Amino acid sequence: MAAPSRSPSSSTSSPTPPGSALETVRQAPHGRILLDALAAGVLAALLALPILGFRLIEVTGGLALDYRFRLVGLAALGVFAGRILVLEARLALAAWRPAAARPETRRTFLGAYASRQSFGWILALLALILPWLPFADRNLIDKATLLLIYVMLGWGLNVVVGLAGLLDLGYVAFYAVGAYSYALLSQNFGLSFWVCLPLAGLLAAVFGMLLGFPVLRLRGDYLAIVTLGFGEIVRVILLNWQDVTGGPNGVSGIQRPSFFGHPFTATTPTGTTFHDLFGLPFSPDHRIIFLYYLSLTLALATNLVTLRIRRLPIGRAWEALREDEIACRSLGIDPTRTKLSAFATGAMFAGFAGSFFATRQGFISPESFSFLESAIILAIVVLGGLGSQIGIVLSAILLVGLPEWFRDLQQYRMLAFGGAMVLIMLWRPRGLMASRDPTVRLAAVPTSPGTGG
Amino acid sequence: MYCSSRPALLTVDHLSMRFGGLFAVNDLGFTAYGSEITAIIGPNGAGKTTLFNCLTGFYKPSVGRIALTAPGAPRFLLERMDGYRIARDARVARTFQNIRLFPGMSVLENLLVGQHTPLMRASRYSLAGLLGLRGYRLQERRSLDTARYWLDRTGLTAQADQPAGSLPYGSQRRLEIARAMCTEPALLCLDEPAAGLNPRESLDLNQLILDIRQEQGIGILLIEHDMSVVMTISDHVIVLDHGSLIADDDPAGVRCDPAVIRAYLGTAEDEDLPTEVAADLNRTAAGGRS
Repeated sequence: MAAPSRSPSSSTSSPTPPGSALETVRQAPHGRILLDALAAGVLAALLALPILGFRLIEVTGGLALDYRFRLVGLAALGVFAGRILVLEARLALAAWRPAAARPETRRTFLGAYASRQSFGWILALLALILPWLPFADRNLIDKATLLLIYVMLGWGLNVVVGLAGLLDLGYVAFYAVGAYSYALLSQNFGLSFWVCLPLAGLLAAVFGMLLGFPVLRLRGDYLAIVTLGFGEIVRVILLNWQDVTGGPNGVSGIQRPSFFGHPFTATTPTGTTFHDLFGLPFSPDHRIIFLYYLSLTLALATNLVTLRIRRLPIGRAWEALREDEIACRSLGIDPTRTKLSAFATGAMFAGFAGSFFATRQGFISPESFSFLESAIILAIVVLGGLGSQIGIVLSAILLVGLPEWFRDLQQYRMLAFGGAMVLIMLWRPRGLMASRDPTVRLAAVPTSPGTGG
Repeated sequence: MYCSSRPALLTVDHLSMRFGGLFAVNDLGFTAYGSEITAIIGPNGAGKTTLFNCLTGFYKPSVGRIALTAPGAPRFLLERMDGYRIARDARVARTFQNIRLFPGMSVLENLLVGQHTPLMRASRYSLAGLLGLRGYRLQERRSLDTARYWLDRTGLTAQADQPAGSLPYGSQRRLEIARAMCTEPALLCLDEPAAGLNPRESLDLNQLILDIRQEQGIGILLIEHDMSVVMTISDHVIVLDHGSLIADDDPAGVRCDPAVIRAYLGTAEDEDLPTEVAADLNRTAAGGRS
């Protein structure tokens, strides 16, 4: 009765597709490797020539070109040697590992469903006690808060891209709508964070619907282009509607969050401060830790709601829509409404994240909502494995956390970022957590006698 | 002309579907009755699938009226309804010539998506579902029971938690029928369900279709190329050629209808038939008449 426990699609990608480099290499090993490496070296030299070969330098009386062909040569040589090393290593590895054992080693990352679930619990527990760990300092907690914002955004976008299969390149627009809603509502009407949070989510959801209507008939590339345009429209409006948004200057002095009315300041003109309330000595860390837990709460709420929605008819309809829209229509599912609800739900989570972002920063400007942000969030979702919640956390750590920690590398940071993306796509082309768990299992459903049909 | 004692379920009048200058379906009229299997046959390009697409709202017919009168339900004029409304309100379910499952979702999930309408209604804009209220939980259990029933009927219980795309071809065909049946249709439209099946699977499928008609009491429209299937299980056969109706009778009547034979084999004037084929043809026609 019970279905085999092998998770679906864990071994769908064969280890070496025919025609791959390894396949060629196997047929005529070392000569081919040399040829392949030579080609790679020449390609590297061509690429490096404009990037590394010339540099503008200041000389007396103007600018001059500095030729650095030695660097180009080094780069080409490096790629040549590296290519040989990689191919030889793969050849040796393939010979050493028996062919039959290979599918076994290509199992889902971190194994089966159960171990993945416990992994999720461990991650959640770690997140919960993070501020109390010995190595946690103010800097680390602050960066973890930022990371959680991206995790939240990734989970939100996952509803649109991962579940409903609608490629959205303008997701950051909803993030901006949420941030500006909070900033403007709290500045102009003095509303508190907890009142603004649902309002910001609501406004972002309305914007999601607004975007949804014109793009309902579009699919794939066309949808991506329109959403990209929508994201830019929102940013340009924020830049130019000076009277309301403050234009490029942004909105500053946004109300900082308080602990249910007790601010995290040394003194306050009215009422009691947070440290007075609990009889603690004043410390600026309190606010950082509070923000961290606030973001953790919001992120976990996002996670719980999306996990739950996935098991509801609407969530299944989203996934069905991703798989086959025509079949959906033949089963009585309204594609219009279903798509709109996916857009609105995803946008709402972005609105929550945006309003948290505004209260954390205290200052927002259109610069924070550029296309690059959309691209990063999308990269998090895609690299995590479309539709996977834990995969998104891992790829957020990889794509947002690591670059933050490696700020010392300065501009090479982005180089490492790109390199990491390429490596992940080579290593796991369908994302870190590519497999999908069914939302319901027959084995887990209790039988009720005498019904059916 | 075919007559039945059963109440009419689907009445198609003067239905035409035009693509540019081509009439894929041309002034077609017929009636399909409840609790009967109505087969629609015809050579390739006769307009059978176009007819299905008109019935299920994927095409808007250029001219004509399609009325569905299911017992205990108001009369629906399908030609003016959106595709998903035809499935949801008028309860017309269909399968596709090239199977359209949700391949990444499990077999059980496919059947639950088939029951989207009652589940969605019970989840009340997903709010009751999010909170896990009683009404929703009850409906969910009912839907799972329905799904389990159809899994059992189609012999897919053991594969329930596998992705639908990983099933063998014959099982995918059966799953598609099970999914269509999960919508509790008044009319089930099957587009070449036996295509690509081996003789044994084809026999099982015939039995399944007959059982569905017997037990559920619903009307079934069936497009089929395999004449043995058509002749054994259908009550009523409609023959199309170049978009027009050329015969509307019971299987025995259609078998020896000269217009049908002409459509399938061509006329003697069109091409010089080998003498033995012509003799065969004459014998069949004469045998049917006597």
